[in-house]
Amino acid sequence: MSVETVIPPNDPTAKAKSAEVPQVRVRRRIPAQPPWFARWESLLFGSGTVIFVLAVWQAIASARIVPPLFLPGPFAIWEAFVAYVADGSIWTDLAASGLELIYGYGLAIIVALPLGLLMGWYRRVNMSLDPIVNFMNAMPRIALVPLLIIWFGIGIWSKVAVIFLSSIFPILINTQAGIRNLDAGWIKAARSFGGSDLQLFRTVALPGAVPFILTGMRIGVGHALIGVVVGELVAARAGIGLMMATAGAGFQTAKVFAGLMIVSLAGVFLVGMISLVERRFQAWRPPN
Amino acid sequence: MSDPRAVKLSARQVSIHYWLTRSSQPFLAVDSVDLDVYAGEFMVIVGPSGCGKTTLLNAIDGLQRISDGELELNGKPIRKPGGDRAMVFQQASLLPWRSVLGNVSYGLELRGKMQRAAIRDRARELITLVGLKGFEDHYPTELSGGMQQRVNLARALAVDPDILLLDEPFAALDAQTREYMQAELLRIWSATRKTAIFITHDIKEAIYLADRVAVFTARPGRIKEIIEIDLPRPRELRSKREPRFLEYEDRIWNSIEEEVRATESRALESVGSR
Repeated sequence: MSVETVIPPNDPTAKAKSAEVPQVRVRRRIPAQPPWFARWESLLFGSGTVIFVLAVWQAIASARIVPPLFLPGPFAIWEAFVAYVADGSIWTDLAASGLELIYGYGLAIIVALPLGLLMGWYRRVNMSLDPIVNFMNAMPRIALVPLLIIWFGIGIWSKVAVIFLSSIFPILINTQAGIRNLDAGWIKAARSFGGSDLQLFRTVALPGAVPFILTGMRIGVGHALIGVVVGELVAARAGIGLMMATAGAGFQTAKVFAGLMIVSLAGVFLVGMISLVERRFQAWRPPN
Repeated sequence: MSDPRAVKLSARQVSIHYWLTRSSQPFLAVDSVDLDVYAGEFMVIVGPSGCGKTTLLNAIDGLQRISDGELELNGKPIRKPGGDRAMVFQQASLLPWRSVLGNVSYGLELRGKMQRAAIRDRARELITLVGLKGFEDHYPTELSGGMQQRVNLARALAVDPDILLLDEPFAALDAQTREYMQAELLRIWSATRKTAIFITHDIKEAIYLADRVAVFTARPGRIKEIIEIDLPRPRELRSKREPRFLEYEDRIWNSIEEEVRATESRALESVGSR
């Protein structure tokens, strides 16, 4: 299979040699790849693509193929970002949006976790809440923003509410699914060893559902960020979304892009944090 | 029956019903079983698949309620799982996020009667006994099926039960590993000499392991006969090819054959009647 016999072709003694003791050179087919390359491979290819896309983008912008009012280049966006930082307004906006996110998303986790665990564990809790959860989940919650502004005003609380409503369901539904998908054998074993409900919860249900819970949290982050931006686009006193709305109204396209970058990078950062936690909890999973 | 040995477990006219989903009447899984298991005995229950042997074992473990009769361990009725019993499951059912050490400690942790350090020491002892020394920090996904079943066995032995319940623990293993694990089980069992009830549908496995073999009928499970296996211990894997072993095999197979046939023809009927 992986062993080949090679007889050197131009060796006059080859035949004679192979007659007595077969001259065998074993060539093993070990995949040859320098370890430094393997380790940095994904970073290399990933950043390569990013740099390439940015370069093409900048080229298009510099060549004025599209007017900068429509599509500013990366450098123009960077300049707008620097100006935004320099005039200091970024900090009030970041604080407002950040606070909304922390309150809304944090509250969603605090409510969704226990509720999802209960729904997964107790059939009747699930039966009771399932219709409401399904209805609320199917509803485009962004459409609630005008209503939430009437209820909570244009301060941060209307945004907290929309973020909460946007991110709670993915977390809730995934947590419930995580409990539902627990291996029946784990539960049987725990019961057989005389485990109480509380012990089962702590030693089987919670750790067993962690991968699902973290998936829910990751999806929730995306929804939460949509909530931040859209909520602020409609009405707000401060925030990245409000800044984007204002900049857009004044045709400061580069600044709109800068806001978009801030929101996107925040999303990448948060998802990265969750992935870190995920890796910490899944040390037992064999690498595929 | 007058046997000088102490009765560990006794079942008197035990029947077990349960409800299947979408069915209008209770399903009779085990029908009027009488069985005595003596202290230190290795009892094997063999029967066609789906005959209710696992249900009976679950009842002995306290996971399943009996609907009729009396089921007693050391003279006390069994109502729920307890520290005097431990089960080795068909699927290893190890917690994948716990190491071998964590899994073997699990039963003791749930019992909550020992200090953490003492639990670890005890677990290490059992890990050595089942031949997994050096694998304490491995995770179940890193182990072969046979090794997982060793952990499963160690976890049950760790709680030092009065009676060990084994539910087809080697059924999911490949044929060679299974043979080897049977020999290993006998080695470990002779080190502890616990009363054991072992369930299988493999007749050779039953004879090789057992002091007595109880043959179950097809559904609903009833005990058809109990056969004393008078083969000397320690037994070697090659004893499986000795004439006396084969005689036992013949006898049990004859006893079980019509039950298997009954199961199969019933399955055919139920398909045909659709």
